[in-house]
Amino acid sequence: MIRALILLLALTAPAFANEALVSGLSQNRVQITANFDGSEILIYGAVKRDAPAPDGPPLEVIVTVEGPSTGLIIRRKERVAGIWLNRSSVTVDAAPSFYAVATTDKLDKILSGTEDLRHHITIPQVIRAVGISDEAENAPDFIEALQRIRLDESRYRIAERSVQLADETLFRTDIALPANLTEGNYKVRLFILRGGVVLDTQERLIAVRKAGLERFLYNLAHQQPLLYGVLSLVMAAVAGWAASAAFRFVR
Amino acid sequence: MQIYLPIAEVSINAFLLLGLGGIVGFLSGMFGVGGGFLITPLLLFVGVPPGVAVATGANQVVASSISGVLVQMKRKGVDFRMGLVLLVGGFAGSFVGVKVFAWMTALGQIDLFVQLSYVLFLGLIGAMMFAESTRALLRARKAGAAAPIRRSHAHTWVHRLPLQMKFRTSGLYISVLPPAAIGAGVGFLSAIMGVGGGFILVPAMIYLLGMPTRVVVGTSLFQIIFVTGFTTIMHAINSQTVDMMLAFLLIMGGVIGAQIGARLSTRLKAEQLRIMLAILVLTVSFKIALDLLLQPAELFTVTPGLLP
Repeated sequence: MIRALILLLALTAPAFANEALVSGLSQNRVQITANFDGSEILIYGAVKRDAPAPDGPPLEVIVTVEGPSTGLIIRRKERVAGIWLNRSSVTVDAAPSFYAVATTDKLDKILSGTEDLRHHITIPQVIRAVGISDEAENAPDFIEALQRIRLDESRYRIAERSVQLADETLFRTDIALPANLTEGNYKVRLFILRGGVVLDTQERLIAVRKAGLERFLYNLAHQQPLLYGVLSLVMAAVAGWAASAAFRFVR
Repeated sequence: MQIYLPIAEVSINAFLLLGLGGIVGFLSGMFGVGGGFLITPLLLFVGVPPGVAVATGANQVVASSISGVLVQMKRKGVDFRMGLVLLVGGFAGSFVGVKVFAWMTALGQIDLFVQLSYVLFLGLIGAMMFAESTRALLRARKAGAAAPIRRSHAHTWVHRLPLQMKFRTSGLYISVLPPAAIGAGVGFLSAIMGVGGGFILVPAMIYLLGMPTRVVVGTSLFQIIFVTGFTTIMHAINSQTVDMMLAFLLIMGGVIGAQIGARLSTRLKAEQLRIMLAILVLTVSFKIALDLLLQPAELFTVTPGLLP
């Protein structure tokens, strides 16, 4: 009976998923210290299969890295009485502070629309903006502007064909995290696809944390604001006094 | 060498920040102003968020003012009683200013409000200073022309108000209301613009209150220390926007620049200094006005909100 079950499993399993994903990260912690100047993460992996690679459409890989999401307000300037000022605004429920997509080929070629909707892979899919059309005229313009601004700031990036894939088995890509990182957990997602359909996915986390003096100052500013303010003044007072004392000494 | 600022959450070259502090310190040593009106726009320009620029600018002004007031105290150039009256008004003004700042931030109009304040006040003061110093310079050129006599105790409407008080160091017997009102106005601007307000306080003390020039700079610095100090703490509590790392770098650059500036200033005439300061103030005001009037390259701005 048991033997029959094993046989059955062995026969049926490949039909469901004969290609599975194994992956790793060069580091799963990023520490933001005073001299932090960005960081590069190597994401690598392999496709595990118990039968030869099937014929048909080639294997493709998509890697996404997503920073912590925040709500956003997008404002548009308009000319009022000769002066450019913020007039209309749209509130976005959640948009990632950082988002990078790396692929083996053109996104629209390797990913079908329905799979994008299901797995939220492209940039428009990760921006959550519900019911914005009531907030301002031409609300989609605001979301487009958000993408444009963040692409310019390199907070969002699309790196098509930056994943190197060897023999439809081994793959690797480098994702550069910028210097102006927001603290939080960065979600790394890996997808393998054939013919626009996702075969397997994996998810990993990179913990980005301020460390050392940065950590200390940030915590102090938020947990003990009064003490922090007083300390800032003491520092200013000591520096001011020292300058005047040094000036006298030089003269 | 890039340095990550923990509150501003941006990475900026440390030498650039030292240099900015140095330039502002140089000017403050040369002209005897806090330099806040320069540091805030400069910080915005290098990519520091507006809230952090204003709050940290105030912190930086504290350091340069303390440095300056210690020198003035040696020369007996501080009227402490007048300073205290200005302060009472200053605290009230700063308190209101920080609230207005928070309110404007919520409305999304803080940038406009800060820019308009800069254009209005810098333009006004710069133009007045420019006109006055040009006249003085022309007068000095005309050899033999007698300098106009300005009485130190010209009686104006200021001297007819109630609550009179004696200010011995300044040699004045006037009502406390005008200095308190001037202090309040400066406190308000300090909170909104991240400035000490010396560029408004100094002319107001000379022309409105009739204080002798000898005590004006010291007394204005004395009041600025406390108003900007109070502003710093209010911003630290209300919006957590004071970046100590940023302030430290600016102050270090500033104290070195201030020494060089103070030495250079002894080689120039007072009128020349004033006209240069006036041109500088007008340039900053003109630049900000242009930003308001010309169509910006990007009409949209993104402001991160709270975590959902």
